Amino acid sequence: MNGAPQVHYLNVDYGIRSWLFTTDHKRIAWLYLLSVTLFFFFGGFFATLIRLELMTPQGDLVQAETYNKFFTMHGVTMVFFFLIPSIPAVLGNFLVPMMVGARDLAFPRLNLASWYIFILGGLFTLASAAAGGVDTGWTFYTPYSSIYSNSHVALTVVGVFVTGFSSILTGLNFVVTIHKMRAPGLTWFRLPLFIWAIYATSIIFILGTPVIAITLLLVGLERVFNLGFFDPARGGDPVLFQHLFWFYSHPAVYIMVLPAMGVESELVTAFARRRVFGYSFVAFSSLAIAVIGFLVWGHHMFVAGQSVHAGLIFSLLSFLVAIPSAIKVFNWTATLHRGSISYDAPMLYALGFIGLFTIGGLTGLFLASIGVDVHVHDTYFVIAHFHYIMVGGSVMAYLGGIHFWWPKMTGRTYPEPVARVAALIVFLGFNLTFFPQFVLGYLGMPRRYHAYPPEFQALNVMSSAGASILAVGYVLPLIYLIWSLRYGRVAGRNPWGARGLEWQTPSPPPTHNFDVTPRVVAEAYAYDKEPEETYEFGSPSRA
Amino acid sequence: MSNGAHITVKTYLTVFVILLGLTALTTGVAFIDLGGGLNNFAALTIATVKALLVVLYFMHARTSDRFTWVIAAAGIFWLLLLLGGTLDDAITRNQLPGELQLTP
Amino acid sequence: MNSAVPAAPDAFEVRAHQFEDVEQQHHASWLGMWVFLATEVMFFGGMFAAYAFYRVGFPNAFAAASNRLDVTLGAINTAVLISSSFTMALAVHGGETGRNKAAIRYLLLTMLLGAVFLGVKFYEYHEKFVEHLVPGPAFRFEGPHAHPAEIFFSLYFAMTGLHALHMIIGIGLLTWMALKARRKRFSPIYYTPIELTGLYWHFVDLIWIFLFPLLYLVGRHL
Repeated sequence: MNGAPQVHYLNVDYGIRSWLFTTDHKRIAWLYLLSVTLFFFFGGFFATLIRLELMTPQGDLVQAETYNKFFTMHGVTMVFFFLIPSIPAVLGNFLVPMMVGARDLAFPRLNLASWYIFILGGLFTLASAAAGGVDTGWTFYTPYSSIYSNSHVALTVVGVFVTGFSSILTGLNFVVTIHKMRAPGLTWFRLPLFIWAIYATSIIFILGTPVIAITLLLVGLERVFNLGFFDPARGGDPVLFQHLFWFYSHPAVYIMVLPAMGVESELVTAFARRRVFGYSFVAFSSLAIAVIGFLVWGHHMFVAGQSVHAGLIFSLLSFLVAIPSAIKVFNWTATLHRGSISYDAPMLYALGFIGLFTIGGLTGLFLASIGVDVHVHDTYFVIAHFHYIMVGGSVMAYLGGIHFWWPKMTGRTYPEPVARVAALIVFLGFNLTFFPQFVLGYLGMPRRYHAYPPEFQALNVMSSAGASILAVGYVLPLIYLIWSLRYGRVAGRNPWGARGLEWQTPSPPPTHNFDVTPRVVAEAYAYDKEPEETYEFGSPSRA
Repeated sequence: MSNGAHITVKTYLTVFVILLGLTALTTGVAFIDLGGGLNNFAALTIATVKALLVVLYFMHARTSDRFTWVIAAAGIFWLLLLLGGTLDDAITRNQLPGELQLTP
Repeated sequence: MNSAVPAAPDAFEVRAHQFEDVEQQHHASWLGMWVFLATEVMFFGGMFAAYAFYRVGFPNAFAAASNRLDVTLGAINTAVLISSSFTMALAVHGGETGRNKAAIRYLLLTMLLGAVFLGVKFYEYHEKFVEHLVPGPAFRFEGPHAHPAEIFFSLYFAMTGLHALHMIIGIGLLTWMALKARRKRFSPIYYTPIELTGLYWHFVDLIWIFLFPLLYLVGRHL
């Protein structure tokens, strides 16, 4: 029972065609894993150039215009082509059908189409980089993007527009699958919290992404066909663009962090060997974040010319997001309390997540209060804040999740000691990179400049040094995870002794995930019971 | 199991005639000055009624399960969030000295 | 479809491997289409928000600009589109009850009405082009509202243009359904594709039901 199965989803078929035309959600997860990894290092390359330029106060490496393109390519790539698809499209694709006990997602061909759409959008963006890049910043603010910029805005905007439909269709697939494909006995309150988080994320995919799509389409129309939507010369209001842009792009932050929170719940329970504290609070706080996340977009526009009335309302609502986020942090901490904790690499990432996400979240409250925001708006304080959420939160959880489910995805375990070291390097490198930026921002260093006054150099050098440590921390897993594909120890079906449904099938799983459709009789965190008491593999499956 | 099998051709025809009538009504009413923004209110009310008829009968929502309703409601609710936040800004501009004006 | 064990001859043809039965498959597709339409609501919603934002800012300009549209053609097109929704409903009814011939007839009628709508729309676009009402350097609008009127016409072209694009996609889907019906594919146990195409077509109608008063009827009473 515990050895690697003879035929599984990886060896059922060989050749490039069997991958490019696959409809198996597990193989599509691999396609996404490879592509987002490439985009991660592409975006990281630009981050490296940024940190190199900022080593010295003078603009001596590149000119201002080139620097603008660096941070734009970094932002566009990391946000739209790495962070947004990372956990949902890689781990979500792999895990959602298995966690709900289904053979595949509801629409497997649509799932493959989503990947192709993602790649098409990525190619547009890469083409714009090859053609000379974009310099608008990832926010594409008008009227600069629609009228004045001389860089390849249209190409990039098309890329982001196209990729949006990949997100939408993935979210659609997840929602229908979670509603209609759950195994017998798998009620909503027995679902893993990862599923709740992915469900909440899908809501944002479905209802937020179309708004950014249409907004960028309008920018494209204004740029290419000279229509006037945001053009001040024709009475248009650039603040309207910011409304439409942030209506999606603020919730997009929750697209990045909600799935990370889902991973976090799985990791904390598995390595503390305890039922999650306050299951329904954690579950509903995901939905609350998805909904409240749509009510706060105006806090990006406190100094942009939006009315004072709107500013006050958005400020108040922004504080509300802290409540469900705090509920989650408290509940994870309470889960750890008196748990029997083991410090494997995924758990190290999970613990790092809790601390870094808390710092990122609390500094968000600074920015939500109008008075403080006027002071630190568009400074490195903001940069540090959202990197604590996106990198300290989402990327840490993504890496933790990849390590945790690696044995399930590949059938092999990664080398634990070096993985623990890598996790510590990431944590140290991250803090050294971004903590000084809080200070820099508070002292008044604005974002998006390639030169700065000499008194900021010490902190900037610290930050660049941290970035090189962080880079080592990111390259290490790339090496040993690839190594483990061939030389890793055979994992067996449940190396962590976890209770989730995905661990009850062989590693790697067969193409249809379960030889027998499971019947679920308890929740996914029944660490007080044996797995056999949670799942029944009785009647033979039909397919 | 079909959502629309119980709806008869006669029902479709009735809905169709009502929709045509409402189109004529909204066009006619638009030419009468009702004053005080009532024209706008009338146009949007009639459009909403027409939309509801299409959703309930042509799109079979009336005979569909609860979750179909939830999805439709979510679409409308999120649209109202977008309109609400954006319009709040547009309506409350120019109320304090120094605020940007919406003027060409 | 690599279904291992056929349950019944009909189900074998219709059911994809990931579903337990045809009923579950139908529910999933139905929900998927509604979720997609919710996405579409927000897709058009971005433009409706822009429209509302500027209409609050420039009420008089929007009224003056709206009066330059041809309300007769707009009303006729509304009636044409509503008629096409009616014939679409009948086509779906034909599919659901397995009457493929009736389905083909009504599908073709729906496509015809859709084509009439697009033809009228194209004529209107042409008129606006002749009257210098297409935004850009050639835009001419007499009176004090020239600038916001250009915004109105930008929104007019973007909203109706995207709507027309949806119609064109819809006519493509209708053609596909007509081909399916010609092969007598629809039956009381298999009608999901034509049903979902109907949902899409009605949704496009729905958008127009709001576009018509918001674009054509703003300032008629003035």
